[in-house]
Amino acid sequence: MNRIDKAFAQGKKLLSIYFSAGHPQLDDTLPILQQLQASGVDMIEIGLPFSDPLADGPTIQESATQALRNGMTTHKLFEQLQEVRQHIELPLIIMGYFNPMLQYGMEAFCERCAEVGIDGLIIPDLPIDVFEKEYKALFDKHGLYAIFLITPQTSDERIHYIDALSQGFIYMVSSASVTGAKNDFGAAQTDYFNRIAALGLQTPQIVGFGISNAATYQAATQHAQGAIIGSAFIKFLEEKGVAQIPEFIQQIKN
Amino acid sequence: MQYNVDEKGYYGDFGGAFIPEMLYPNVEELQKNYKTLTADPAFQKEFQQLLRDYVGRPTPLYFASRLSEKYQTKIYLKREDLCHTGAHKVNNTIGQILLAKKLGKNRIIAETGAGQHGVATATVCALMGISCVVYMGELDIQRQAPNVARMKMLGAEVRPAQSGSKTLKDATNEAIRDWINNPVDTHYIIGSVVGPHPYPDMVARFQSVISAETKSQLLACEGRDYPDHVIACVGGGSNAAGLYYHYLNDTRVNIIAVEAAGKGIDSGASAATSALGREGIIHGSKTLLMQTEDGQITEPYSISAGLDYPGVGPMHAHLYRSKRAEFISIPDQEAMDWGLTLSQMEGIIPAIETAHAFAVLDARKFNPDDIIVFNCSGRGDKDLNTYIDYFKL
Repeated sequence: MNRIDKAFAQGKKLLSIYFSAGHPQLDDTLPILQQLQASGVDMIEIGLPFSDPLADGPTIQESATQALRNGMTTHKLFEQLQEVRQHIELPLIIMGYFNPMLQYGMEAFCERCAEVGIDGLIIPDLPIDVFEKEYKALFDKHGLYAIFLITPQTSDERIHYIDALSQGFIYMVSSASVTGAKNDFGAAQTDYFNRIAALGLQTPQIVGFGISNAATYQAATQHAQGAIIGSAFIKFLEEKGVAQIPEFIQQIKN
Repeated sequence: MQYNVDEKGYYGDFGGAFIPEMLYPNVEELQKNYKTLTADPAFQKEFQQLLRDYVGRPTPLYFASRLSEKYQTKIYLKREDLCHTGAHKVNNTIGQILLAKKLGKNRIIAETGAGQHGVATATVCALMGISCVVYMGELDIQRQAPNVARMKMLGAEVRPAQSGSKTLKDATNEAIRDWINNPVDTHYIIGSVVGPHPYPDMVARFQSVISAETKSQLLACEGRDYPDHVIACVGGGSNAAGLYYHYLNDTRVNIIAVEAAGKGIDSGASAATSALGREGIIHGSKTLLMQTEDGQITEPYSISAGLDYPGVGPMHAHLYRSKRAEFISIPDQEAMDWGLTLSQMEGIIPAIETAHAFAVLDARKFNPDDIIVFNCSGRGDKDLNTYIDYFKL
């Protein structure tokens, strides 16, 4: 059973954390993963940094730029993750843009993911129809789950199409927005969450973009099976450092 | 071989729409509607009327007699530099602003490098009374102060792109992010034949007026509607796409694309994408782009801000790979010298981008009875400071 499915099978609301690999320091990847696991998060997205992250806001872009300056590469990340499964049991997802994976070679990339124990991939600029035609068989061969995004503008028809091809969970983007921390959700977002809930999808949903604190985490998980925090966590890391991670997670969970 | 875009938005191996899901509804709306809306007779009537009365089309096809004599061949200049706002860019912004109106959009965003596309966009927004935000790299804002002032005079808001290298590619990223954040009311006017499908084809169609006019003008002066060579500079490639468009499948016509070699192809400071690029994804399109081994997009360099782009439109990537077009790269110095040559031999001060194309005359031989059409894509007013510094004028 894929670790992502196992996490959902517990039946509780999941907290997933995103960070950019190679930031704040190049070799922080494993220490961050260990701190997150020890703090009781349920799932982790490891950001593969890219020079031109179109779907991300300034916090994540700056962290990616810093990670690249620190010397992070795709090869380096796989080296850091070589023995990750001796330490980390949580589901691990790599989130990254398509071009660095293409240059690594999609076949080789998927193979390495499977070797080190990655459970799924989120590739925001890989269109789902291209995935279906060219890469689905490859993902299946390596037991990698493909996770796709939906937004308030996504039509019901397209959501059903995405639902049929999704594995693990659907990444529900909270609003028409790039990534970035916000303080609360408005009525439009609540309507959107309710609309999705009423569609009766087979794949669980996790809310991401704009979740920054206990209040937004609570609000998001009322309407979905979990929530993802990225920018707010990265800001915390910059200010307080890796050792203080449990403090951040406790704030969210309370 | 087919050189136009196919039904799925590809030119051979290149093109497509590699966009985040957040942009899907906007891009799909354009994909579904751009051909029918722009083919509509009322749209065409308004478009053609504005090109004539506002832009000043048709632009002349000028026989350059002194250049022709010197190089012992027949040289024509398609005078896009005479368009309103000083370059071909406005052909596309007129088309897209009309399309935006048809789609019910009331806010326009654009990216700009040197500022020519930003000015052309600010101009049509002023013409239509639509609000306009232009993203421009913070470094480019400093380098291109006169164009920033023009955009402001025209009522546009110029927002600095402060991320990454603070130039054109970052301005494009910021414009795309704006579109993600404002999916309902905003249309993004891309300035070149780049970006996700249908932009490369849509922009090429709006620019195709250049080769449509060239055909009838050549017929009138040479008795045939095609030249032996068409030559244009290529950054993203919109002026080139316009000049090539009606000749893409006419193999009697040799296509020559001129890229900026910057300080030299192997200098590490170049924008010669065909020589230095590999297949990859940039700004939503699969094309050739300059990148590290690890797939990070690298920063290009050219003395001309308009050629300073790390990729090339997917049409041009296909023309390169299929060998339909000849690609030549010209270093800064030769381009600058041609800025002076064209000024003093024909009385035309070209944009530095445009000057790159003419350097082909020194790089390659032509036959005495060859007919050559250059796209004289823009005028050099915007580059005066660069010319002044370079030549100590």
